Amino acid sequence: MSGAKKLGLKQRYAHMTRGLDWETTYQPMDKVFPYDRFEGIKIKDWSAWEDPFRLTMDTYWKFQAEKERKLYAVLDSFAQNNGQTGVSDGRYINVLKLFLTGISPEEYQAHRGFAFAGRHLRGVGPRVAAQMQSLDELRHVQTQIHTISHYNKYFDGLSEFRHMHDRVWYLSVPKSFFDDARTAGPFEFMIAIGFAFEYLLTNLLFVPFMSGAAYNGDMSTVTFGFSAQSDESRHMTLGIEVIKFLLEQHPDNLPIVQKWVDKWFWRGHRVLGLVAMMMDYMLPKKVMSWKEAWEIYFTEAGGSLFTDLARYGLKVPKYADVATAEAEHISHQNWAIFYQYTHAAGFHTWMPDAEHLDWLSAKYPDTFDKYYRPRWELWAKLEKEGKRFYNNALPQLCQCCQIPMGYTEPGDPTTIAFRSSTYKDQKYHFCSDGCKDIFDNEPDKFVQAWLPVHQIFQGNCGGATVPDVLAWYRMNVGADNMDYVGSPDEALWNEWHAEKLRKAV
Amino acid sequence: MAQVASITLMLNDDARPIIESILADNTGVRVLNMTGAVKLDRDESIVINRASVEERLGRPWDPQEIHLVLISMAGNLDEDDDQFTLSWRH
Ligand SMILES: [Fe+2]
Ligand SMILES: [Fe+2]
Ligand SMILES: [Zn+2]
Repeated sequence: MSGAKKLGLKQRYAHMTRGLDWETTYQPMDKVFPYDRFEGIKIKDWSAWEDPFRLTMDTYWKFQAEKERKLYAVLDSFAQNNGQTGVSDGRYINVLKLFLTGISPEEYQAHRGFAFAGRHLRGVGPRVAAQMQSLDELRHVQTQIHTISHYNKYFDGLSEFRHMHDRVWYLSVPKSFFDDARTAGPFEFMIAIGFAFEYLLTNLLFVPFMSGAAYNGDMSTVTFGFSAQSDESRHMTLGIEVIKFLLEQHPDNLPIVQKWVDKWFWRGHRVLGLVAMMMDYMLPKKVMSWKEAWEIYFTEAGGSLFTDLARYGLKVPKYADVATAEAEHISHQNWAIFYQYTHAAGFHTWMPDAEHLDWLSAKYPDTFDKYYRPRWELWAKLEKEGKRFYNNALPQLCQCCQIPMGYTEPGDPTTIAFRSSTYKDQKYHFCSDGCKDIFDNEPDKFVQAWLPVHQIFQGNCGGATVPDVLAWYRMNVGADNMDYVGSPDEALWNEWHAEKLRKAV
Repeated sequence: MAQVASITLMLNDDARPIIESILADNTGVRVLNMTGAVKLDRDESIVINRASVEERLGRPWDPQEIHLVLISMAGNLDEDDDQFTLSWRH
């Protein structure tokens, strides 16, 4: 090889993947790849797949090892320097509780889903990219558990994250989202997670939120967040390549893909309501409001993207306008749900203080003072009078997104939205037109939903009383749940703070 | 509305020469500073040239090294040994 010119990136990638997609001879191809036809997607030429990053496996390992080295150096120094005492406020830790119980287990589901897609897609380009993503997602769940385990030494609500994920009512929202994607065919999975989640929505989760972690003094979380997010650019690229490839391959693919884009945009929007609440209510020092993040990452970035995809005939997801209008309301309505059900939640809640209320008024000038401030002020007043409001009834849940039916009608923020469908003589309930449409398209799938409230009433969740159910959740009552004020977390935080002041004088 | 090409990079020593070369080579780039990260936006396209990064870095630089500091991006990617371009052009 001496004297030969070094191969360019495009040639190296071509050599690396060449011949990996041989035609099988002992068994027919359709038996080796049994899942890539039933969804109705038509592929004429798998070799037309482009991976613009052209990352080869050896380069992949080299970069990933480098990222891990950097991350673990930060985690070590964070632990050595007692970084947990330097975050903005003890309330901040609740963000990590929701993240670890609600999001990290989904990284693992993404790992498994991409392993499946990486095995079952017939083309070599998407197979290599899906397998790399599968490894990335495994790295994400591992680094998240590792990072947050440090906080588990001091704070409540973290230790049973895996057990809780499969049981606790609100965790069924992200769980059912991934269960739905993982029980779909490989192409729908790629559109659901690769395109709708990774390309369209993941920025909203990781970028402003992780920047918020840094702003709140949590250098360990921002480091895993951005380390994971550095894989995300590859994931986004895979997501957009999937959609372009399917639309270029055959015109019959367009209506199928459009239906998936509509479905997964709406489902993703519902899951991200939890992130909206983290940003507007749970970060003690705020970076940007949910509405601002939505404008940057959906309205502007999504607008550019769908302008581009219009040349294939793909339209902006159905109900994108409704979702954008909901950006004014969703964080407030979610926080209201958790405040009322704090006794059954694995993290702490609180009413915003005066400064926080003013920030919300400034960020939501058209809606906050009119619809939400009065409710928060009333609840704060009741707290002061010793009559803190708890909702002791179990809520009706949406059959699709599994969120309690607390959202309001489009254009009418004082009326709760109710939708329903009848299927095989049973009535099913939905929070929105978006969720109802999804059910109506796949009723046989969604009648099987594991709805936490129904399961409690059917006697499948440890017993008939709230304490029975909380014990089944492995919730440490009085420590994991209830308000931040009066919690062991708060007592610990105040002790650290007092010690710092003592040392300062 | 113009289509916006965008790249978000970590704000650290590894990324600084890349950020500087983007600012130098792309007229009209808009900067959004976030804690720990910076988002660079420009109508239609953004380019990163290997030569400009190397000039600032003082050593050879492979455009694929961008994976170590890349947080997010928007636009269709075209990458080879000399440049990394995000654009909405076809
Ligand atoms: Fe991930
Ligand atoms: Fe991902
Ligand atoms: Zn719903």
